[in-house]
Amino acid sequence: MEHYLALLVRSIFVENMALSLFLGMCTFLAVSKKVSTAMGLGVAVIVVLGISVPVNQIIFTNILAPGALGWAGFPDADLSFLSFLTFIGVIAALVQILEMSLDKFFPALYNALGIFLPLITVNCAIFGGVAFAVQREYNIPESIVYGVGSGMGWALAIILLAAVREKLKYADMPEGVRGLGSVFMIAGLMALGFQSFTGIAI
Amino acid sequence: MADTKEMKKALFEPILGSNPIALHVLGICSALAITTKLETALVMSLALTAVCAFSNLFISLIRNQIPSSVRIIIQMTIIASLVIVVDQILKAYSYEISKQLSVFVGLIITNCIVMGRAEAYAMKSPPMMSFLDGIGNGLGYSFILIVIATIKELFGFGTILGFEILPLVTNGGWYQGNGLLILPFSSFFLIGGMIWFIRTIRPEQVEPKD
Repeated sequence: MEHYLALLVRSIFVENMALSLFLGMCTFLAVSKKVSTAMGLGVAVIVVLGISVPVNQIIFTNILAPGALGWAGFPDADLSFLSFLTFIGVIAALVQILEMSLDKFFPALYNALGIFLPLITVNCAIFGGVAFAVQREYNIPESIVYGVGSGMGWALAIILLAAVREKLKYADMPEGVRGLGSVFMIAGLMALGFQSFTGIAI
Repeated sequence: MADTKEMKKALFEPILGSNPIALHVLGICSALAITTKLETALVMSLALTAVCAFSNLFISLIRNQIPSSVRIIIQMTIIASLVIVVDQILKAYSYEISKQLSVFVGLIITNCIVMGRAEAYAMKSPPMMSFLDGIGNGLGYSFILIVIATIKELFGFGTILGFEILPLVTNGGWYQGNGLLILPFSSFFLIGGMIWFIRTIRPEQVEPKD
């Protein structure tokens, strides 16, 4: 239990997807104008990461890893070079299935998250989370915790950034920095803050 | 066939005029995370330019056969296959650098520059022009990456491509390395500064006040 708690805290704060590993930056900077949209996107990322990390992990260890096809009579097969293609296919398919089932069973939630779901397929935070989990050889419960935790970290970061940006509307900045330039600098300062979590030993 | 002027525009406009990083906010992730050393930045720029150019070329070649409802999946498959090729080449010829880049080579798949150009340009332009557009956008990305990596490596470590330019105090020289620039997030400030610089010489890119 303690092990999973440590993994959760580490994936939320110490290895924050957005501010320590710089993944999912495009959406992080582009869709953080309002707190409400940031929150919708954040929840969608948590859900998709929480599902796609364990699913891809299972597929990798049982089909793609070197020697994994032993049960099918191919003990020498090594399909790991296909992993990128498989991961992105699985993520795209999962997002599609999630979108359809939300539309069918939870229309209210679908209306809230709907427009963000297709965006998530190309969010590097998802692909990065999957790739990291495979690289570190997490088992199934670990990869569920890691997926949910890193999604929560990303959601936390984008909500905080959106909150800062909402206040910044009233700031009087030099013309060249207004908009994108200032967002970069704020994100830099936030990353500086998150840097202080690196020292935590769990 | 497009004339030379148009070709030149497709090739050089993305460097300052419509830079994918500074104007369109595309492909930021890798620009931030792997610019600590000039060498990795160069390899990454090369890989991205190659993938972007060829994915544009192939997508443009079959653009009339792609049904619009499944176009994203088809684009993804083409891009992912190209990235696998690049990844295998890197692993075969420069294993050290491929280790340093770790997951970021794979992340070219989800790099929005490649997807963005495929969707916005290659789907409706002839193959030759799309190829040039891909190279151009790759160059725009490389431009930012190389400038940032040079600043970080020179002032952080006192070296360029591993050669000592400013001798560090720890090695008996006079230069005190800037610790902030060694940390990855300093690229946030550098890119912010570059956007300011580009918008000062190109005032039409300044965002309207809301």
